[in-house]
Amino acid sequence: MTPELKEQLDDLVKQNKILVFMKGNKLMPQCGFSNNVVQILNTLGVPFETIDVLENSEIRQGIKEYSNWPTIPQVYINGKFVGGSDILIELYQKGELQETVEVALAS
Amino acid sequence: MIKAELPDAQVQVQDLTGGGDHYQVTVVSSQFAGKGLVQQHQLVYAALQQAMSTEAIHALALKTSTPSGS
Repeated sequence: MTPELKEQLDDLVKQNKILVFMKGNKLMPQCGFSNNVVQILNTLGVPFETIDVLENSEIRQGIKEYSNWPTIPQVYINGKFVGGSDILIELYQKGELQETVEVALAS
Repeated sequence: MIKAELPDAQVQVQDLTGGGDHYQVTVVSSQFAGKGLVQQHQLVYAALQQAMSTEAIHALALKTSTPSGS
């Protein structure tokens, strides 16, 4: 990964409290796993930003390396990688996601 | 493949579509103790790296836990 790309990703995850790297966008997710994540965050009613990796192949590959995570979607909260679809569902079901999100938005 | 990296793991695999590329995998291992979910999944992904990177596995639903249950 180039230093420029790493810096770009650093900036993105720092500037957005809740950021989702996904296929498609909030209104039209292009993959069921990306859709799961969007639906969960919508249910929580929290503001979040998304990046469509299908529109940027550098980010699509780079984010996998950046997070050491092989799949899309990827969710960052407060600059920290939280997980993909499976983990988001599990954290949501345990009630832990709500807490993490509230703490992030209050900070 | 998973057991090579996590020798004590109990692994349950379900082929969701019958096509051999969409799997649901449940892994229980004592090596997950004290680790966050991200780290637990990373351990499993590391074990499956080759199959994932060649896209032999297209979709993997993963659930990990320790023998004590948490």
